[in-house]
Amino acid sequence: MPLTPLRQVLANGVTVVVQENHTTPAVSLLAAQRAGGYDDPDGREGTAALLARVLDRGTATRTADQIADDLDGRGASLTVSAGRHQVGVSATCLVDDFVPVLAIVADALRNPVFPGHDVATRRGEILTTIRQEEDDPASVAVNRMFRELYGSHPYARRVRGTVDSVERLMRDDLVRFHQRQFVPSGHVVVVVGGLDASLMLSAVSDALGDWPAGSGRPPLDVPEAPAAAARCQVDIAMPDKSQSDVAYGFVGIRRADAGFMAASVMNNALGQYALGGRLGDSIRERQGMAYYVFSSLDAGLGPGPVMIRAGVAAGNVARTIASIDAEVEAIRAEGFTEKEIAESKQYLAGSLPRQLETNAGIAAFLLNAELFGLGADYDQRLPGLIRAVTRDAAIDAARRLLDPSRATVVVAGPPAGEPGP
Amino acid sequence: MREATLDNGLKVLVQEIHTAPLASVWCWYRVGSRDEGTGLTGVSHWVEHMNFKGTANIPRDQVKGIIEQFGGSWNGYTWIDQTTYLETASIEALDRMLFIEAERMDRCLYEPTECESERTVIISELQGGENDPEQLLDMEVTATAFKVHPYRHPTIGWQSDLEAMTREDLYGHYRRFYRPSNATIVVVGDVDSDDVLRRVEREFGGIPGGPVAERRRFVEPPQQAERRVTLRKEGTTAYWKAAFHAPAFGDRAFFPLLVADAVLSGAAGLNIWSAGRVPRPQRSARLYRALVDTGLASSVGGSLMPTAQPFLYAVSATVAEGQSLAAVEDGVLATLERMSREGITPPELDKARAQLRARFVFDMDGVTDIAHQLGYFETIGSWRDALDLEGRLAAVSVEDVHEAARRTFTSSNRTVGWFEPQADACR
Repeated sequence: MPLTPLRQVLANGVTVVVQENHTTPAVSLLAAQRAGGYDDPDGREGTAALLARVLDRGTATRTADQIADDLDGRGASLTVSAGRHQVGVSATCLVDDFVPVLAIVADALRNPVFPGHDVATRRGEILTTIRQEEDDPASVAVNRMFRELYGSHPYARRVRGTVDSVERLMRDDLVRFHQRQFVPSGHVVVVVGGLDASLMLSAVSDALGDWPAGSGRPPLDVPEAPAAAARCQVDIAMPDKSQSDVAYGFVGIRRADAGFMAASVMNNALGQYALGGRLGDSIRERQGMAYYVFSSLDAGLGPGPVMIRAGVAAGNVARTIASIDAEVEAIRAEGFTEKEIAESKQYLAGSLPRQLETNAGIAAFLLNAELFGLGADYDQRLPGLIRAVTRDAAIDAARRLLDPSRATVVVAGPPAGEPGP
Repeated sequence: MREATLDNGLKVLVQEIHTAPLASVWCWYRVGSRDEGTGLTGVSHWVEHMNFKGTANIPRDQVKGIIEQFGGSWNGYTWIDQTTYLETASIEALDRMLFIEAERMDRCLYEPTECESERTVIISELQGGENDPEQLLDMEVTATAFKVHPYRHPTIGWQSDLEAMTREDLYGHYRRFYRPSNATIVVVGDVDSDDVLRRVEREFGGIPGGPVAERRRFVEPPQQAERRVTLRKEGTTAYWKAAFHAPAFGDRAFFPLLVADAVLSGAAGLNIWSAGRVPRPQRSARLYRALVDTGLASSVGGSLMPTAQPFLYAVSATVAEGQSLAAVEDGVLATLERMSREGITPPELDKARAQLRARFVFDMDGVTDIAHQLGYFETIGSWRDALDLEGRLAAVSVEDVHEAARRTFTSSNRTVGWFEPQADACR
């Protein structure tokens, strides 16, 4: 059943996309402002992340307690989160509560006051989260991977910021970021649920249509990130941990890259299909070394990383890295089999109805299509785009993106030889 | 809803939902970590892993791809009362999904080399969990809260047992519990009920029936005094947890305590498969205001799971940077004690009911979730419970909640756990 979204750009530049889905008497809303951690001022990393935590904690006409009481009284869920290139609001509620919940979302987007008490409390929460990550081998490995891969490129910075940068953040930082970045132009609202499409559209138009337009932001141009020139490995000792996390990565591609679809099929065959694709067959199924091993492709406005991850006993780290090297070398030398590529394509194309079953799934798909300009009928076109990827194109993607001689490898966990506590 | 029982004892539940061209198949077994004796902890979960590794008619190298070619996903989980397997895929895959589950029920291979290879995968899963201090603390607190009942040991098992268990232990457990009369197959989606029943009969009808060994019954003696555990390991963050003995899902005191939890920490719903997908509404909840809004904790949450036998109500908190475990403990316990002293107000009851009603809708979001709920409740009671949650909720009074809080939140009913991070000498 194809999606039939209604799309409208309001006079002030807000784009609204709505889709009816009457499976449950509920509504999912996603609102995205196209600014995130990437836009944090230097030395003020974490601004967007802290802003996201405080955005809905009080407006010019509603206190934080009033918002909390109103939402909680309806059993509605509202979260704001910051990514690299967007601050997103996500709300889930029953259909009867949609209009009042939307009113709160619009008020928070337009008129937040960032109360000093909440800025201090939520800053403390973020600091605690950063400290928790420092104790988690998976987070330690991945965060270090970004630093090693991206160096002086802005993607080396963490959206959450550092202890130093977050401690410095003040209410004024949030006010300034909001003034500069929160404008109707380029703002996207997606609503999916059990209401009439025209009703959802007019409700969003009523709530955001009179948001003064202001000046539009220039399109973002994320710089290229140079690929690593040589192989490098970083070992981070976390002696009291039970097992090690391995991250093995490269600078990848943008979503707009002509090779994106081939890279997606390649990624599925390499480290996703069934229990982790080729890598899973080797490291989990044949060698029994890991509960999880997978690859990921993070292609957005800029060139995010291609990463392979595994959690293994410290004594198996060297064997795991050697196995990843061997699989990647084999793919570079001999490619994937016809069967592997056919299976991955069949899976990726066939999984679309499942992705598009729930309100939240549909909303995420439509938002992504809007943010990357993929078209309102992308759900119809996507299976064909996937099927058009040839085996050669997938192999080329692997040769272009993966090269053991230039891999960046990060290992966080107990030193090898120690069995763990 | 269509309900049927085959001659061999297999229970079949079918619900038609025609909004998407999908079907979800779940096969549930009444076996979980509570059915494991000393020395065999973790056997149910390991058996679950082995049941993905080839059958008489699905060679090992052909397991992969059967569901994927239909764009489907498959998985399984084991917990204290149950083991379950699922596939959700386009409707064309229905026969393949039923075939896989029929094979799994009776014809898994348990190749010795596969058993060995999976031992290290499972120990890796356990050790990955141990990297998380909150999971470590949860294991210690749960193990301390029970003296007798096998709910005490973690579903993944103790590592010493995982190292010693044999292929025959695994195969014996499989043969004992994987019988039609101990299972429920649930099919939800774009199907025709009569057609599904015919297909189920065709795939499963030939599996021999026969009795299943009685599950051993254990009764935890009433706790006599507060118990405490303190875990000290390298780390950066302190975690606090308390667990109170709590009623089973079938007990009339369960819903009053569920309402108490909603008032304390926001309603979390009753679908453990989709838990967390929609964050709980908790900013006006008592514990959130007392702990998080004051900056003592960066997060706090309660947990009451629907279980077949009395399990635990747990409150967990992450101590905020620069705050102390003792202050967090004082804050949580004072909040709980106030509720046992004064109960809740009628507006709080109304709010909790509104939250839980919304959660019960979110809990049934799509064919996979609906099939999960029907099978989950059938396995610990009856599938009808999944459709009558609102009825039981509506019957809860302010007095019931007060009584539940009074009985539950006593010092002699609780086990308190502290994770005290120790500085790492190397960093």
